[in-house]
Amino acid sequence: MRLYLKFVVMHLQSQMQYKVSFFLMTLGQFLVSFTALLGVWFMFTRFNEVEGFSFQEVLLCLATMLMAFSLAELFGRGFDHFPRIISNGELDRMLVRPRPLVPQVLVSLIEFSRLGRLVQAVLVFCYVIPASNIHWTYDKVITLCLMVICGSIVFFCLFLIYAAFSFFTIEGLEFMNIFTDGGREFGRYPYSIYGRDVLRFFTYIIPLALFQYYPLLYLLGRETSIFFMLMPLLALPFAIPAFAFWRYGLSKYKSTGS
Amino acid sequence: MKTYLAIFRIRFINSLQYRAAAVGGMATQFAWGFMEILAFAAFYKTNPAAFPMEFSHTVSYIWMQQAFLALFMVWFFEAEIFNSISSGGIAYELARPVELYGRWFSQTIANRVAKTALRCLPILLIALLVPEPYRMSLPPNASQFFLFLVSVVLSLGVVASFSMLIYITTFYTLSATGVRIIAAALADFMAGSIIPLPFFPQPFRAIAQVLPFASMQNMPLRIYSGNIAGDAALWGIGLQIFWLIVLGLFGRVLMKNALGKVVVQGG
Repeated sequence: MRLYLKFVVMHLQSQMQYKVSFFLMTLGQFLVSFTALLGVWFMFTRFNEVEGFSFQEVLLCLATMLMAFSLAELFGRGFDHFPRIISNGELDRMLVRPRPLVPQVLVSLIEFSRLGRLVQAVLVFCYVIPASNIHWTYDKVITLCLMVICGSIVFFCLFLIYAAFSFFTIEGLEFMNIFTDGGREFGRYPYSIYGRDVLRFFTYIIPLALFQYYPLLYLLGRETSIFFMLMPLLALPFAIPAFAFWRYGLSKYKSTGS
Repeated sequence: MKTYLAIFRIRFINSLQYRAAAVGGMATQFAWGFMEILAFAAFYKTNPAAFPMEFSHTVSYIWMQQAFLALFMVWFFEAEIFNSISSGGIAYELARPVELYGRWFSQTIANRVAKTALRCLPILLIALLVPEPYRMSLPPNASQFFLFLVSVVLSLGVVASFSMLIYITTFYTLSATGVRIIAAALADFMAGSIIPLPFFPQPFRAIAQVLPFASMQNMPLRIYSGNIAGDAALWGIGLQIFWLIVLGLFGRVLMKNALGKVVVQGG
């Protein structure tokens, strides 16, 4: 853990060497998700609600997704970079070091410019938490925290799966973007608006709706059962197949590069 | 002209090599388009009266957008060009007896066309076959389709000229990643990549429609779907020609200026 912190500081210092560049990149990340937000806002100036969700309610959903994603990305960005680690032979060097592999991959790349997204999520939360007409009792606060934390764990697992795929092929990995970037982009609306089949898919196969749609219903007071509040926890077992797949990929790994 | 065609051909063949990536990309774009349409469908169901385009127009718009993604999206930049500027490879480029603007311009267009050629047909085919409310419709008539073709070519030109401006700014800033992300995010949004321009609320819409970004994907996609027809389409194409010339000239002037004081990096 102390080693991890050391790496974090190292990355931070090296990225701070180019302050203008860092600032522009952070601003860029902010703007990319800001245009998505603007899109939602423009839609709601025309339509006051969608499938029974108001603008504030959708924003709450958007901020949760954005926050979960950007937290996962902040720590898990090394996985995104993993195909390159394999293709340039860096992985062999990592494997001979007397440290566990996953933390090594994680510290190989930490981009602080991704904070741009996180800042935006925080700002949206600042607006929407008072504006949403929700009476914030303890259980609701806990629900929201669970949504964000479990959400970032699920996204983290998706990054892990992405990296594990690159043991088999480093081409054609774009399709994983449907679940990572796509999950974030489409998660700005509650998954229920996409229809029953999509909701089922994101409940049982890729458990994104478990920390988004169902606990949101609890927050909004549309469901009062405690089961909906604890739904995000049900998404956690997703880590088991994700990690198993990673282990399986690693066991099949044959060296590359020279 | 022959030189540029040769560059175009080499680049085109080069890009065709990545077929597995194309399959992955196709699957992504298809799923993406489908989700996008479902989201618009939800809004349509909630309040059909407030929907500014016909629903079938929106559906066609999104399918065509996904099929021609690599042609229209500003964020597909050429990493090679950025590298050559910041690594010093530009020195070789300048030693070649080909004008740099034209060379990069044809390279940009070739890569976009090749990427699109690989991906668009299967997506279009599926989009024409899915069940009814989500099926892509054909353009209303032949002349509309012809206008669409003209508009596609012009819009590709506008996108490429705009990308050239971004490449050229790298001469001044060296670290282009930030500028690149910012420019692409704004341009794509104003071009209607997240929501089509008719969905913009009024003051924004009026401004967005005259900016050069509206001459990118906005115009051909709306002409195809039939959202813009007749005289309006001709006007739109005129505006595209105008922006193509303006951006092209501006890029050339800027480039001449930049090359005047270029410092070659590295040894």
